[in-house]
Amino acid sequence: MTHKTTGTRTLEVDTLARVEGEGGMVVRARDGKVEEVQLKIYEPPRFFEAFLRGRKYTEPPDITARICGICPVAYQMSSCHAIEQACGVTVDGPIRDLRHLLYCGEWIESHALHVYLLHAPDFLGYESAIELARDHKEIVEKGLQLKKVGNEILELVGGRAIHPINVKVGGFYRVPTRRKLLGLRDRLEWALQASLETVRLVSGFDFPDFDQEYTFVGLRHPTEYAILGGRIVSDRGLDIAIDEFGDNFEEVHVAHSNALHARMRGGGAYFTGPMARYNLNRDQLAPEAGRSAVEAGLGERVTNPFRSIVVRAVETAHACEQALALIDGYAEPDRPAVAVEPRAGVGHGCTEAPRGILYHRYEIDEKGDILDATIVPPTSQNQAQIEHDLRDFVNPRLHLDQHTLTHQCEQAIRNYDPCISCATHFLDLEVITQ
Amino acid sequence: MNRNVVIGLGHHYRSDDDAGLEAARRLRARSLRKTAVIEHEGDAVDLVQLWAGAQVAVVIDAVRSGMAPGTIHRVDVTGERIPDHPRRDSSHAVGLADAVELGRALGLLPDRLVVVGIEGADFTPGVGLSPEVAVAVDEVVELVVAEMMPLAALGGTG
Repeated sequence: MTHKTTGTRTLEVDTLARVEGEGGMVVRARDGKVEEVQLKIYEPPRFFEAFLRGRKYTEPPDITARICGICPVAYQMSSCHAIEQACGVTVDGPIRDLRHLLYCGEWIESHALHVYLLHAPDFLGYESAIELARDHKEIVEKGLQLKKVGNEILELVGGRAIHPINVKVGGFYRVPTRRKLLGLRDRLEWALQASLETVRLVSGFDFPDFDQEYTFVGLRHPTEYAILGGRIVSDRGLDIAIDEFGDNFEEVHVAHSNALHARMRGGGAYFTGPMARYNLNRDQLAPEAGRSAVEAGLGERVTNPFRSIVVRAVETAHACEQALALIDGYAEPDRPAVAVEPRAGVGHGCTEAPRGILYHRYEIDEKGDILDATIVPPTSQNQAQIEHDLRDFVNPRLHLDQHTLTHQCEQAIRNYDPCISCATHFLDLEVITQ
Repeated sequence: MNRNVVIGLGHHYRSDDDAGLEAARRLRARSLRKTAVIEHEGDAVDLVQLWAGAQVAVVIDAVRSGMAPGTIHRVDVTGERIPDHPRRDSSHAVGLADAVELGRALGLLPDRLVVVGIEGADFTPGVGLSPEVAVAVDEVVELVVAEMMPLAALGGTG
């Protein structure tokens, strides 16, 4: 079914399905051309920034972990790095390795959730993972099993799968024994093979023709596929220290929501997340993950966001291989954490959350009280880019019927795996009285 | 080994959305026999694995139905779906109602699955429950203890 392209047309979704949190989208077109795109997918974590002021420098890892139920480790790591920098401490050696391992667990569980339960139904023609599970139980089960392996790493290293409690500024409260970590090996070997099978599965999906011009931004580390740190780089020549984030990026208010859109100063929208990381750091992927990317035909550069599902699958394999290498090289540290004494100063932290770079900045006084906090999550940074995508995606497709086009727009948004900070979990119950 | 599980679902920093978590915290202090008590703040999809294999699972969550704050809803969803409002103000990517149906499709529901909902008043960012909700949490704790009591008696010692 097609749709006439003259007159005014509005595509509206009050609540986007399969997006982390509460979000909405409005696309207005007139006479065959998109005039307006409003995406309301992101509430900035302003409550948390205000809540942190006056609290102790030791508290951000625990408090900010609760901003997102899917990527608590990202919040913990970016906040720890920022506080440690403010206090003049660098954490390395086996404690850093454990942080890296913990983060790999989060990538595995977050990517498995998105690939299998949120994104795959789009490509396989199902409304949701529930319908998919009815017809292809084995696909959903594999996704859940893969996610579980990520959760198991979080439980062992982080103390529990959701909102790990074992993380502190300077390191951990307790560290696992080498024997305990080795106990994860078999599961991770399975997860690696499952991830490689996932790459093969999703690379066979049909992708809409939608290659775009982007500015890709991510971390670049000298020796590893960046997760825990590095320099902030772009494919257009940006190369800055994490401390310089505020000099190069800004958040601006947009009228149609409470959201802040991040943009490059003097530039504009940019793209962060798996596809940016792949394009910036492909040469540093672990061996089997790198090979699977080649076999999947990803090439040197991916510019079609619908293919981000393949990149996520490749990154899942990378996280499994990286986790195995970290386990094999692990030696228990002498102490679980480095002592971090407060001192007046400002610190910056930036790590690669599953959805892209997550920046934290804290100013603390000599007693360790937090004077100021800034948190810039990846979805805030991608929001402007998603609106650009929607505009470019809808224009040549205005002939499609309302249902099809609306559904494809939602799919275009899900390419970014957007996450709403601080989403509620309450159940919207319908009470039927008889 | 625990044969039963009680899961409190919610978000600690979203006011009344903490109701399920608070109930779980108080239930943990009651040391229910053969029953694991879990506070869960992440995606509801994990519930499928948390309750799989249990004899009885109780999930406590804040709800919004338009009834008076503090109203308690008890729904046995073992054989029927949760009467939710799909795709309207839904919360997470995979919400509780979705997790129940996903579990059903995969054959991963416990023998009995009960959802206890506590009607919330305020879900804005913040800490602390509304007074009516705090009272309801106390009642829900007793309700869940009573729900589990016959099972503990059947379960013998240990």
